[in-house]
Amino acid sequence: MSGYPPELRKAIEVVEETRRERLRAPPPRRLTLDERESIVRAWHPDYKPELKRALGVGPCKGMVMYSTIADLLESWPLVRPGEVDLDHVDYDVDVLIVGSGGAGLAAAWWAVEEGVDPTGILIATKLRLGDSNTVKYQSGTQAATGPDDSPVIHYLDTLAGAHFTNNPRLVRVLAEEAPLVIKWLEGLGVRWSRVGEDLERLSGGGASRPRLHCCGDYTGLEVMRVLKDEVRALGIPVLEFHSAIELLTDPETGAVSGAVLLNLDTGEYRVVRSKVTVLATGGIGRLHIAGFPTTNHYGATGDGLVLAYRVGAGLVDLDTLQYHPTGVAWPEAILGELIPEKTRSIGGQLVNTKGQRFVYELEPRDVVASAIIRECTEGRGIITPTGTCGVWLDTPVIDMLKGSGTIRRELPALYRMFLRHGIDITVEPILTYPTLHYQNGGVLIDEWTHVLRPSGEPLGGLLAAGEVTGGIHGKNRLVGNSTADIFVFGRRAGIEVSRLVKRLPKPRVSLKHLESFTEELKLLGVPESRRAPILLPDYRGEAVLRRVIKL
Amino acid sequence: MTSGIEGAHQVREYLTIYFNGEAYRVPKGLTIMKALEYAGFRFTRGAGCRGGFCGACPVVYRLPGDYKIRVGLACQTAVVDGMYISLVPYVPLVEYVPKRGELRPDPGYVLKLYPEISRCVSCNACSKACPQGLSPMDAIQAILRGDLKKAAELTFDCISCGLCSLRCPAEIRHPPVFRLVGRVVGLYYTPRSKSLEERVREIESGKYGKVFEKLLSTPTSEVRRVYEEFLKTGRLPQSLEVG
Ligand SMILES: Cc1cc2nc3c(=O)[nH]c(=O)nc-3n(C[C@H](O)[C@H](O)[C@H](O)COP(=O)(O)OP(=O)(O)OC[C@H]3O[C@@H](n4cnc5c(N)ncnc54)[C@H](O)[C@@H]3O)c2cc1C
Repeated sequence: MSGYPPELRKAIEVVEETRRERLRAPPPRRLTLDERESIVRAWHPDYKPELKRALGVGPCKGMVMYSTIADLLESWPLVRPGEVDLDHVDYDVDVLIVGSGGAGLAAAWWAVEEGVDPTGILIATKLRLGDSNTVKYQSGTQAATGPDDSPVIHYLDTLAGAHFTNNPRLVRVLAEEAPLVIKWLEGLGVRWSRVGEDLERLSGGGASRPRLHCCGDYTGLEVMRVLKDEVRALGIPVLEFHSAIELLTDPETGAVSGAVLLNLDTGEYRVVRSKVTVLATGGIGRLHIAGFPTTNHYGATGDGLVLAYRVGAGLVDLDTLQYHPTGVAWPEAILGELIPEKTRSIGGQLVNTKGQRFVYELEPRDVVASAIIRECTEGRGIITPTGTCGVWLDTPVIDMLKGSGTIRRELPALYRMFLRHGIDITVEPILTYPTLHYQNGGVLIDEWTHVLRPSGEPLGGLLAAGEVTGGIHGKNRLVGNSTADIFVFGRRAGIEVSRLVKRLPKPRVSLKHLESFTEELKLLGVPESRRAPILLPDYRGEAVLRRVIKL
Repeated sequence: MTSGIEGAHQVREYLTIYFNGEAYRVPKGLTIMKALEYAGFRFTRGAGCRGGFCGACPVVYRLPGDYKIRVGLACQTAVVDGMYISLVPYVPLVEYVPKRGELRPDPGYVLKLYPEISRCVSCNACSKACPQGLSPMDAIQAILRGDLKKAAELTFDCISCGLCSLRCPAEIRHPPVFRLVGRVVGLYYTPRSKSLEERVREIESGKYGKVFEKLLSTPTSEVRRVYEEFLKTGRLPQSLEVG
């Protein structure tokens, strides 16, 4: 029985009727760089000025970014100077790592590898150890490991994918060191998918050589399984359900010297003093910018941006976000969840109401997303029973092209996800629409992950790695480059930590940085009810929220 | 025309679910997790990736007119009218995490750490509980036969939700056992890639350094032109070839 209601069943007929023809016909032509740019300009949310505004406070005042992010940065802190007892330090450590996704755990591992005493490290994380975007990643990690490939080509693909808006120095590190982290993880026992004895390498949008390394359909699950196990085996202390809500700074130098954590279960705060703090808090999908659903995990609320900005960090490229071209548009229960790029790289075709393919499926993501938005806006999309729109991602063609059983073997997670809602994707296509996926920009860093002021000068005491940072992917990230980023720069953060802890004295802690910041908020007239970090989104129904009494 | 956020759409039909014995009216078509949120609950425990990958949200439920206790993931299971729901945000399984270098490529080692697996009675209650549709029983049997590779393959997609262990009459701690087996197989039974080793050697010997330095001092417009050319011909200009 089909999980699709009759009206969608009916709409599927066109896809079925045109399937054989589409199999024979050549794929849509690849666009030139100029054509790519013009479709993106016309349809991508990044080019909608009504979604943006200039930031009103802090060191990047005047910078244009998504209004939702500007609101977040222009928020009152959860604690004010004097409200927490900083004389009583609960955890006095060398290194505080905030976040336990791939970047945080890579940093922790490499710090120990480079000689830092594991018991001098503290990992504080919002939910459970490893609850993150990293655990969800599927398509793979880019690294130029193949004989026909080279880090130089990876470098060029990455620049072009971002329309040459990235920081080339960071991209060089990414491309040159990505094979090293694949090797590192292989050495720890990560079971990368293989063809015979060699690594399997898959194609991805915008990459001119196949260089995606995956672990079946559960790449993040496998990598995190190994990294969590390593971190526990090394005896690194972890505080789960503890969110960083404010950084601490040395009152004289302004360098970061720890953080205030909030125990999400009990509501108590904890004071951490640390010589070095590594911010690895990931992305921002749960802010549902521009009303999009998201692929991100529950805790992806952009906390790291807020924390870093209040202590003076520079920011970059927050006027762009990555909308993954293929999110689930139906059924509602899994709206916004990811249909991985692999679905297209192994042959899935995007098809409109007329049964036509309308874009080469492996263009860079912003291009494919723009094309889907165009089809829907111009009336060639399918309207779902809840009033949203989407186009078809024809999955049955995959098995026709690559042999029956391919979908179940290559995309077991996707197959399961839809089957749970009565849809067998080996027989029926999927309805898809872009979903908020990735924060392209973020905190300004240098090649060794030092967080920089807008002037380019290091803040001191603060490193950052992973999705929270900006510059590596410019205004658009290619598939597989984010996880290359988190392991490459997470590793560098760990190595840098080991150099810094030897040098740095025990710092002093204060919330002094908030004095001028809150002064600015007051001047701007920001309502005191707007507070951040948000920590978790609020999905309570409207009927409930209308009557809620805040205690 | 964007797909809106959770719960923001036109709602066509409602149904009733029972959570901890209390009735709630919620829109049809939501997952248990989203339905409970709609009803006014906010989670800190029992919600993680929200996409079926992290195992944070096991749920126990019963359908109307049926006495059977069913299990699943709250983020993946759609609500049904009259459903009775209880959440299991935490399964307190005792895990042994071997120190570095302590792992042994040997089935006896797994058995020594988790001796209860030998008590498996092949009842298959674990497989019936698995929200991933895996067969933990077959994996346990494979370990007992000494076939760790098979066991690792069968449990590669395990998300460690722990529902199997809650159902197991032999009190087997499947998730930690499977993680251990996965590590052992990854470390000792998986070939190392030669081409990867070769590439790493090249990088560490500084083979790409000169070309990168050169590219970094080349104006963007020129890099862009080189790339366009590369897309057409599939080859980099000689000046950018590495020795
Ligand atoms: C569904 C999905 C599929 C993807 N597929 C791919 C892919 O195939 N290839 C690819 O390269 N990339 C992919 N990405 C992107 C990539 O997975 C992420 O960008 C990357 O994993 C981010 O890693 P991270 O360590 O920076 O952040 P995360 O992995 O998100 O970790 C952030 C951590 O910080 C914690 N945290 C957040 N705020 C706080 C706070 N205030 N206090 C304490 N802790 C906090 C979180 O709980 C979490 O543990 C995918 C992303 C998603 C969501």
